[in-house]
Amino acid sequence: MSLLTAENLALVFAALTALAVLLYAILDGYDLGVGITLPMKQEAWRDTSIASIGPFWDANETWLVLAVGLLLVAFPAAHSAILHALYLPAALLLIGLILRGVAFDFRAKVKPERKIHWDWTFKCGSLLATFSQGFMLGIYVMGLEYHLGSVIFACFSGLCVTAAYAMIGNAWLIGKTTGDLQLHAIRQCKRAGVWTFAGILTVSAINPLVNANVYQVWTEPPLAYLFAAIPLLCFAMFALGYLALKRLPLPNDQGAWIPFFICKVIFVCSFAGLALSFYPFVVPNQMTLYEAASSKESLTIIFFGAVIVIPIIAAYTAVAYYAFRGKADGLKYY
Amino acid sequence: MLDTLLLSRIQFAANISFHILFPTITIALGWLLVYFKVRFDLSQHPVWMRAYRFWVKVFALTFALGVVSGITMSFQFGTNWPGFMETVGNIAGPLLAYEILTAFFLEATMLGIMLFGFNKVPRWLHTSATLLVALGTTLSAFWILVLNSWMQTPVGFEMRDGVAHATDWLAIIFNPSFPYRFTHMLFASALTVCFLVAGISAYRLYRGDNKKAPRLTLKTALFSAAVLAPTQAFIGDLHGLNTLEHQPQKVAAMEGLWHTQNGAPLVLFGIPDAETQTNRFAIEIPKLASLILTHELEGELKGISDFEDAHPPVAPVFYSFRIMVATGIAMLLVAWWCSLRLYRKNELTPLQYKVLIGMSFSGWLATLAGWYVTEIGRQPYLVYGVLRTNEAVTTVASEQVALTLIMYLLLYAVLLVAYIKTLFWLAKRAIDVEEYDLSLPGLPEKKTQIATEGASV
Repeated sequence: MSLLTAENLALVFAALTALAVLLYAILDGYDLGVGITLPMKQEAWRDTSIASIGPFWDANETWLVLAVGLLLVAFPAAHSAILHALYLPAALLLIGLILRGVAFDFRAKVKPERKIHWDWTFKCGSLLATFSQGFMLGIYVMGLEYHLGSVIFACFSGLCVTAAYAMIGNAWLIGKTTGDLQLHAIRQCKRAGVWTFAGILTVSAINPLVNANVYQVWTEPPLAYLFAAIPLLCFAMFALGYLALKRLPLPNDQGAWIPFFICKVIFVCSFAGLALSFYPFVVPNQMTLYEAASSKESLTIIFFGAVIVIPIIAAYTAVAYYAFRGKADGLKYY
Repeated sequence: MLDTLLLSRIQFAANISFHILFPTITIALGWLLVYFKVRFDLSQHPVWMRAYRFWVKVFALTFALGVVSGITMSFQFGTNWPGFMETVGNIAGPLLAYEILTAFFLEATMLGIMLFGFNKVPRWLHTSATLLVALGTTLSAFWILVLNSWMQTPVGFEMRDGVAHATDWLAIIFNPSFPYRFTHMLFASALTVCFLVAGISAYRLYRGDNKKAPRLTLKTALFSAAVLAPTQAFIGDLHGLNTLEHQPQKVAAMEGLWHTQNGAPLVLFGIPDAETQTNRFAIEIPKLASLILTHELEGELKGISDFEDAHPPVAPVFYSFRIMVATGIAMLLVAWWCSLRLYRKNELTPLQYKVLIGMSFSGWLATLAGWYVTEIGRQPYLVYGVLRTNEAVTTVASEQVALTLIMYLLLYAVLLVAYIKTLFWLAKRAIDVEEYDLSLPGLPEKKTQIATEGASV
């Protein structure tokens, strides 16, 4: 019990919240990515693409509820400061998520001639959601302030996050599909990868220039040498991914999951980079996570719940992924 | 221009009203699917799978709408009501966290297996997934109703520097109004689903669907409704007595009782007038309100004027209460009327089919009206006696709230129309499918016999 001091708890919950955000970005990232690059020309491709994410998207989105929920319960002051500043983009994000979430189900159940409308709704809703998320991230990095520079940066960030989701979404499809659709996904993955790479480079350059303490984190020895491993690993992954995509598809579908694995590492590196840049701030340059944390008693209660329940969640999530392993086929409702 | 407080209230009311429509269906429909699935596993008769497969589609669509409208709620606590978490976050926070951890992930993950896993996982795992989805939706209802009931009857905490700190978690979870509100809501969900299933099944039969599955689901739904409806009236009455004990001003508003009196009449209908503190054109039954609520003809009931500025607006609570009760009575009568006919003749009249089709969504009306009674009846408080609604509101500019409100309202209107149209389209399409899918794995050998005769279920 003595380990559960207010400070440790704040740190643990910051780590939990960060983990939820990261898992959300990876998991909902791939299904959002499938949405934004949905091939509108071929209905069969759309059916297969959507079948590949059908059993998972709902649970993936729950990580967003957990992330926002943890922010709300563990750092209420930060939650209201951040969402206050991001009121409109957050509303657009929600509208995007609502549209794509329902389009998913409507497309399979409405009159056949209406299906294409819901497919467009799915694609545009996904796009609205990813752009809003990137925009919110951009404004967050800029210290939650709105001026011409920060809005331009946020729009750019919106495009980059969209590209990153398109990249991981198509990497997922490479693993989940075969034939022409897989070739299509490989091409799209390459294209999105180039934009993502450009985006990460730009954000990495601008962030330390705008925030003085970010500059300090990444340049002050001795830790800076250690931290340098993160961008190096990230860029190595891009190189490896480029090589892998050039050679795919291989006979017997070998290595089809390599791009998805590489994308995951890239997401983890980018996220770790951002998290290190801002620690200990939860609202950039305004509020540290220690200042924002709620009372020790209620965090302790949630802590024990989380310790027991999160392994169980991981276990049954593993069951679901195991049940739907292998290539996506035409999913049927039963 | 309306101010941020009023706009935020309208926006939250719109969001939560839209949201509650879908969980109201999924909570009970989940258990109905468990019933269908277990009957299929036990009897191996494909009619149960037909019923399951039709209603699991409705479940999937409804669940998706519930999930996405629920995500909106988790954002709105912070965007529009920052004062709520600042004041009672130490209590609301853990309850919400437990809801996400124990319920949301469970239902969302198992849903994938339930919807798409029939041919991919062992039979027992598919049935378990169905069961866990139902358990998950009920657990969600449990946690959120704990929080809502605590906001109505807060106990187990102490205020330190204007912030609530929990002192007794068991008391918080099983707070005085929770058992009543939770049971009332579960039964509301069950009745809503009964009428939805009866309405859609009636639609199929009325349109000439001669298969066994819609007959079976119609019978299941109607007979259940005939038992559930009077039970719900009894639970509602207990809930009302509990409210009288803890929130007398809410009951005063429900009854349209402006002034404290002995032997208060039951106002069947009237037009409450806040200016004069009277009901115009009131139709009353003398002394009945006192009799119902205090079990004495001359019992004393507190009136609105006793509560100065700490009472809710009378008219919306008064009307909502009457809409809820009237809808509930209509549901009870229709359930009995149709059940009796179905029991005797095994078939309904065309008029009964039409009435049932028309009442497909009657449960929504009653549930919404009930929630308006309890939520508007809590005003001017957000947490009864602890935090006023106007103390919790955001400082976001009213133009921004107005803009998002319009976006949400438009979106919700479109989705609601699409949802209802799709349900009836699914029913219409189901008329043309084959009676049984005999390719189901694990069916017994007597397939041809089933196909020609149908079994007695």
